[in-house]
Amino acid sequence: MAREYLTVREIVGPLILLEGVEGARYNELVEVEFPDGKVGLGNVLEVEEDVVLLQSFEATSGLDVAHTRIRFTGRGLELAVTRDILGRVFDGLGRPIDGGPRVIPEKRLDINGSPINPFARDYPTDFIQTGISAIDGLNPLVRGQKLPIFSGAGLPHNRLAAQIARQSGVLGKAEEFAVIFAAMGITFEEADFFVSEFRSQAALERAVLFINLADDPAIERIATPRMALTAAEFLAFEYDMQVLVLLTDMTYYCEALREISAARKEVPGRRGYPGYLYTDLATIYERAGRIKEARGSITQIPVLSMPDDDKTHPIPDLTGYITEGQIILSRELNRRGIYPPIDVLPSLSRLKEKGIGEGKTREDHSGLSNQLFSAYARGKEARELSVILGEAALTEEDKLFVTFSNEFEDRFIRQGEYENRSITETLSLGWELLRLLPRSELKRVKEDQIRRYMEGGSGDEAVLPAAEAMDAVD
Amino acid sequence: MSVGEVVKVSGPLVVARGLPHPKMYDLVKVGRDRLMGEIIELRGDRASIQVYEETSGIGPGDEVISTGEPLSVELGPGLLTSIYDGVQRPLDVIRDKHGNYIARGVEEPGLSRTALWPFHPAVRRGERVAPGDILGTVPETAVVTHRIMVPTGVEGEVLEILEGEFTVEETIAVIGTESGEVRLSMMQRWPVRRPRLYREKRPPIRPLVTGQRVVDTFFPIVMGGTACVPGPFGSGKTVLQHAIAKWANSEIVIFVGCGERGNEMTEVLLEFPELTDPYSGESLMLRTVLVANTSNMPVAAREASVYTGITLAEYYRDMGYNVTLQADSTSRWAEALREISGRLEEMPGEEGYPAYLGTRLAAFYERAGRVVCLGSDGREGSVTCIGSVSPPGGDLSEPVTQATLRVVKVFWGLEDRLAFARHFPAISWLNSYSLYLEQAEKQWKEEVDGDYPRLREEAMSILQREAELQEIIRLIGIEALSDQERLLMETAKSLREDFLQQNAFDEADAFTSSKKQFRLLKLIMDFHRLAESALEEGKSLQEILELPVWEEIARAKFISEDRLERFEELEDKCERVLASLASERARRV
Ligand SMILES: Nc1ncnc2c1ncn2[C@@H]1O[C@H](COP(=O)(O)OP(=O)(O)OP(=O)(O)O)[C@@H](O)[C@H]1O
Ligand SMILES: [Mg+2]
Repeated sequence: MAREYLTVREIVGPLILLEGVEGARYNELVEVEFPDGKVGLGNVLEVEEDVVLLQSFEATSGLDVAHTRIRFTGRGLELAVTRDILGRVFDGLGRPIDGGPRVIPEKRLDINGSPINPFARDYPTDFIQTGISAIDGLNPLVRGQKLPIFSGAGLPHNRLAAQIARQSGVLGKAEEFAVIFAAMGITFEEADFFVSEFRSQAALERAVLFINLADDPAIERIATPRMALTAAEFLAFEYDMQVLVLLTDMTYYCEALREISAARKEVPGRRGYPGYLYTDLATIYERAGRIKEARGSITQIPVLSMPDDDKTHPIPDLTGYITEGQIILSRELNRRGIYPPIDVLPSLSRLKEKGIGEGKTREDHSGLSNQLFSAYARGKEARELSVILGEAALTEEDKLFVTFSNEFEDRFIRQGEYENRSITETLSLGWELLRLLPRSELKRVKEDQIRRYMEGGSGDEAVLPAAEAMDAVD
Repeated sequence: MSVGEVVKVSGPLVVARGLPHPKMYDLVKVGRDRLMGEIIELRGDRASIQVYEETSGIGPGDEVISTGEPLSVELGPGLLTSIYDGVQRPLDVIRDKHGNYIARGVEEPGLSRTALWPFHPAVRRGERVAPGDILGTVPETAVVTHRIMVPTGVEGEVLEILEGEFTVEETIAVIGTESGEVRLSMMQRWPVRRPRLYREKRPPIRPLVTGQRVVDTFFPIVMGGTACVPGPFGSGKTVLQHAIAKWANSEIVIFVGCGERGNEMTEVLLEFPELTDPYSGESLMLRTVLVANTSNMPVAAREASVYTGITLAEYYRDMGYNVTLQADSTSRWAEALREISGRLEEMPGEEGYPAYLGTRLAAFYERAGRVVCLGSDGREGSVTCIGSVSPPGGDLSEPVTQATLRVVKVFWGLEDRLAFARHFPAISWLNSYSLYLEQAEKQWKEEVDGDYPRLREEAMSILQREAELQEIIRLIGIEALSDQERLLMETAKSLREDFLQQNAFDEADAFTSSKKQFRLLKLIMDFHRLAESALEEGKSLQEILELPVWEEIARAKFISEDRLERFEELEDKCERVLASLASERARRV
């Protein structure tokens, strides 16, 4: 028995205040019937006695106080799931928009999910080869990780995200993959890029798309990532799939949240964003992970554009406090035509140590990446110095480091959008670049590894067995 | 039990009406699922309740039951090696019974009701006992003896004392008190928001040796002291706190994951059982309790989690142990406070935090300290409190950092500039401070070496001088420096890279004993002194800088703890190679 009310008292922005309601529940889903017969969805934000505050996912233009009907459904916002959602395109609230058949659900799941018991988690340790040197070599992604891309307006974050989705694979494992793509507030063109990308790769049947575009209702965006993650949990933990979730653009999600908060006249935190933004984002990002004894996993790559390229803006800042590292794009590299313009120094993958090394990638991976980092950092610093004081101010050694960092950007970081480098190729390239430096400066790599990988000939895979055989003789 | 009804729901805040005799901080159960909550405000007959679980589906008219008791924890054998949520529900048991996701309304006691513990009495029938006296002991783990204490409010003659295996609920002693016989079991309860009692507080004196060089040598902490670790995201707060939890010489470790990542808890759960405590030689987990209320778990329980943690810490302190409590991150706790305060529509202070933020923080850190415990044996125990702070945008002027700095005595300031350069721990040597230096130096002189304080001071001044010289280089270039200054720059670099930097993930580097820290510092500083005189004798700076012995100094941190004599050999070598350099003047002849 649906309970229906015509007792709207106020409409303020996306909020609707209703009175005389009996038995409303916190977070309950409601249907909002517009005077013109259109039906939207909303949910209960607050209830006091018989007064209920709702947020409408549909834009409230066209609503009025006299004729708007609100129906209470007695349940929360749910997503109908089945294995057949693979290959489908939904709107931001999980309604099909691809003209395909109705989804016949196996289950209906509350999109808010429940927190994973920390005791049930399994630590992410499987290296994912993205084929991108700046990531695989220096800031590797592991299965079950949440690793955002911090970008800015006009930077190629979407192309990078698509490349990661296209190329990602775990070494030596053939398993079922799925990509879940949630678009929040991006333009039609951007979304279309992804759709045709999936289509051209014949990857659409392994993907589920949830699309809320820039001109779709803003408040709907609050539900979109949760829809995507509910689908991800279902596929990962009921169908054992390795799920990669792309969420783009989290900035618009946060803005929608701010809009609600402002309409509620809540005391704002920094820059007008609500004080609970951290907790709210955590309920999204923490849905990544692995679970003991489960075969599937959820890896998350949220994309966000930093307002003014400012990393201390609350959105990137709070994201960084929750995620397990970040990939930061650099406007400067982009300006110089380097793709992918990954600023490796402030980028970080916190799960790196657990995902690389012997038996996972290669024994020299950790030392080599530390060496590349510090050499690049030093080269960059010297380069900046020479800009101010002129090249003459540099020592001979510093000059070598400058050369190194230029080459590093040009050959290691730069690569083609369709170039898929194996981890061995990435590591060999790293060693090759280290040859530009005096050997005595290579303090972060082990002596025997220098001999094996840098001096043992051309440094490609072919030397590996030979080098191992030599060690065995030792 | 008394029943009222819900009138309002707003996120984690529920308002109820009609609860007979509600008291502040009473524990209540809300709705059909019996969600746990706590009364935090009373107005007329309306009680505001912060609910520790997700409140979706709750609505006006739902039943609210008051237990009449404040939120309390269960104290007794079985705490160690456990992992609890913010209100002491055992997460391992919950997973076994309810699956991988945390269901709502789950009730599980903090201590197992079926586990049997061997109880060895320490008192005899007829003895008089008072609160804090030790009735007997239980070998809780291979490294920790659990002391069963007479609870507060019980005083009298031991009428009966048992020996054998018992559950935590079974009677192990009967005490004849003025008001009649009291049966005692091994379990006590204590309300988390009330500090546990002790006889007397004393100023802390013994350094806590954390095995982290920059901490122990430059910014030491003491047993019973307080410290904070502010830093932007990714600067190494958690890694540092984990390292201290692993390697510090405290007997008990309580780690509160307060609104942080689930995987970090998993990491502790996977790692600690495998790691060996350098002091006991046993697994680190055997002395550890985890309280995990991760960022995606309900915020009200996050607010409670630090109190749950510190009450557990005080309980082991009362047995006479040195306990370290770490909270990661206190900012998330403060945010939980802010969120609830906002829902209560309280007048907001700075950045929306409630005006009482500072008092609450101070009251929390005040529960740290070195105390003489209750009980007739005069034993001492301590709680050391270390909290991380996550300032938005890394800006230390924000309210939580500022309120924390007003109460804690040690400040380990992490800088992202250092983290980007992969200088870890990224503790700024220029901005950090410790107000416990005096205590540490006293101990060094007694137990390590009389020279230690002087070396520390000299090293510090070299690092400070380096910062000034760097400024000059940036403006004019390196040629502006004299040879002496260039040598100093090299030594500073060596101090930074070979002493301050410490890789938490390298087995050989993760822990350094006080003795070894001293030797390493002495090695670097002695070399500097010798090199300085070599310069004065007219030897060439270039040749000094090119000496291969620098590299050996760089590797000295990997010298193993049982081969510290290698330092002497290395020192001799430094002396030899410097002496063997010909002076410019000599060469000219
Ligand atoms: N002592 C160390 N040795 C080696 N690496 C370190 C050390 N400390 C920190 N790191 C590196 O820095 C990363 C981030 O550290 P950590 O997770 O402790 O940051 P945090 O300050 O707790 O960040 P957040 O506030 O987001 O939780 C680690 O994953 C590791 O790669
Ligand atoms: Mg942390």
